[in-house]
Amino acid sequence: MSLIDSIPLRRSFGLPRADGLIQWIVPLVIIVIWQIASVIGLVPTRVLPAPSDVALAGWKLLLSGELVRNIWVSFWRASIGFLIGGSIGFAFGLANGLSQLSAKLTDTTLQMVRNVPHLALIPLVILWFGIDESAKLFLVALGVFFPIYLNTLHGIRTVDPQLIEMGRIYGMSDGELFRRVIFPGALPSIFVGIRFALGIMWLTLIVAETIAASSGLGYMAMQAREFMLIDVVVLSILIYALLGKLADTASHLLERLTLAWHPAFQKR
Amino acid sequence: MQTALLLPETERNERARITPQARRRREDRPALGLPLTIRNLRKSFGDNEVLRGIDLHIPAGQFVAIVGKSGCGKSTLLRLIAGLDKIDAGAISFGEAARPEDIRVMFQEPRLLPWARVLSNVEVGLGRDRASQDAHPRAEHALTEVGLADKRDQWPSVLSGGQKQRVALARALVSQPRVLAFDEPLGALDALTRISMQRLLERVWRDQGFTAILVTHDVAEAVALADRVLVIEEGRIAHDATVNAPRPRERGSVELAGLEGSILRHLLSADDRT
Repeated sequence: MSLIDSIPLRRSFGLPRADGLIQWIVPLVIIVIWQIASVIGLVPTRVLPAPSDVALAGWKLLLSGELVRNIWVSFWRASIGFLIGGSIGFAFGLANGLSQLSAKLTDTTLQMVRNVPHLALIPLVILWFGIDESAKLFLVALGVFFPIYLNTLHGIRTVDPQLIEMGRIYGMSDGELFRRVIFPGALPSIFVGIRFALGIMWLTLIVAETIAASSGLGYMAMQAREFMLIDVVVLSILIYALLGKLADTASHLLERLTLAWHPAFQKR
Repeated sequence: MQTALLLPETERNERARITPQARRRREDRPALGLPLTIRNLRKSFGDNEVLRGIDLHIPAGQFVAIVGKSGCGKSTLLRLIAGLDKIDAGAISFGEAARPEDIRVMFQEPRLLPWARVLSNVEVGLGRDRASQDAHPRAEHALTEVGLADKRDQWPSVLSGGQKQRVALARALVSQPRVLAFDEPLGALDALTRISMQRLLERVWRDQGFTAILVTHDVAEAVALADRVLVIEEGRIAHDATVNAPRPRERGSVELAGLEGSILRHLLSADDRT
C-alpha cells in the first residue's frame, strides 16, 4: 500500500482544521476593520478605544491579577447558580412530566411565577440578601430554573407513546422504562433548555453584578465606567462574548457525546 | 427447508450465515406454539362496539391471517390477544399458563429505541432475562436469524425500513415466544422488501413453531403465508377459509389466486350489502 492510500481522504484536503478556523474569520475581520478605523481616526477613542488599547488594558489587568480574580468570581457564581437552579428545574420537570398529581399541584403556580421577569426582583433580593453572594446565586438560579423546567417537562411529555407502549409490552419496570426510554427520549429537549439557560445565566449575573456587587466582571465594568476607563468597559463586554461562546461550546460538546444516536449529530 | 430460485440476494446471503450452532440450538429446544381459544369476546370504545362476540380456536403452531376492511376490529382483536387492551366481556385462554415472554407483538412501525444500538434493541426483547449472562449471545443469535448480525453496532437511524423491521422481528423472536402477533408488520414496506420479509416470516415460523397471528389488509399476503384466513366484518368472524396449498408456496399460482379471489369477493360483497 502506498503512503497516500493510508491517509483518509478528508484529512488529505485539510478540511477538519479549516472547519474549526472558519468560524473565527468574521470576528477577526471585524476587529481588523475596527483597529484600522481607530488608527485613521474614523472612530474617536473616547467613544470606542482601538482593539490594541483594549488588549493593552486587558494585559495590565491580567498582570495585576484583577482580571483573573474577577473572571473567576463571576464564573463561580454562574456555575453554582446554574447548578442550583438547573437541578431544581430538572427535578420539577421530571416530577411534573411523570406524575399527573405533581403537575396539577405545582404547574399553575410555576407558570405564574415564570411570567414575572426575574430581574424585577432585584430590589427585593437586595433587601433580602443584601449585596451578598447569595443574592446573585438566587437570581441566577431563578433565571436558569424556568428554561430547564419547561424543556424537561416538554421533553418527557413528548416521548413517543409508541415506544413507551413497546417498553411496557417487553416487561420494563418503571425504573427501567425511565432509564431506557423516557430519559433518553427527553434528552434532546433538555439540552435545548440547557442552552437557553446558559444565555440567561450570563445575562442575569452581569445585571446583578453591575447593580449590587463588590467583585466580578460586572462590578469591574461598573468601576471602570466611574473612572472613565472605557477600554476596560469594552474589555468586559468582549469577555462576556467569549464566556458565552465557551458555555455554548461546552453544551454542544456534551450534546455530541450523549446524542450520538441522533441523526443530526452523526458524522457522515 | 424451502429453496426458491428467485430469492433476493440479501436473503440468500442471510441463509448462508446461519451457523450450525444456531441450527442445533433450535433442535435442542423446540419452542412449541400455544393453542388459543377465544370465547364470546367483546370490546367497545365508548358507544362504538368494535368486537361483537368473537368465538375462535387456533390450534398450536397454526399460522392464522386476519383480514378485513379498516375499522372492522381486526387490530383490536390482535391487541386484546396480545394483552395490550382490556377485555370488556368474554375470555381469551392459551391452554396453559403463559409467561409474558411467551406472547410477543410486532407492529407496523418498528418501534426501535433510536438511542440504543441494534444489539441492545434486540436485548430489550428478552424481557426479564435482559440482565442475564447469556443476553448478548441470545440477542446475537436472533440477529443472525434475521440476517443482520453485521449491523449489531449500528444506530437504528442508519438502517433502511426493511432492516428496521427485521430488527423488530429479532427483538420479538429473541425470547422464543410461543405466540407471535403481527399487526400489519409489512404495511409500510415497498413491494420487493415486502416479499422478502414475507419469506423471512414464513421461515422463522417454520423453524420455531410458534403460533402466528397476522393482521393484514393484503389478501394476497394472507393467502401466501397463512394456513387459515379469517375475514372479520363488523366485529364478527364472517368467513373462515383454510389454505391447503403445500409449502413452499408459489406466488401467483392458480390455486392461491383462486382463493384470494374468493376472499376478496367476500370482502367486497359486504360493501354491496350496505
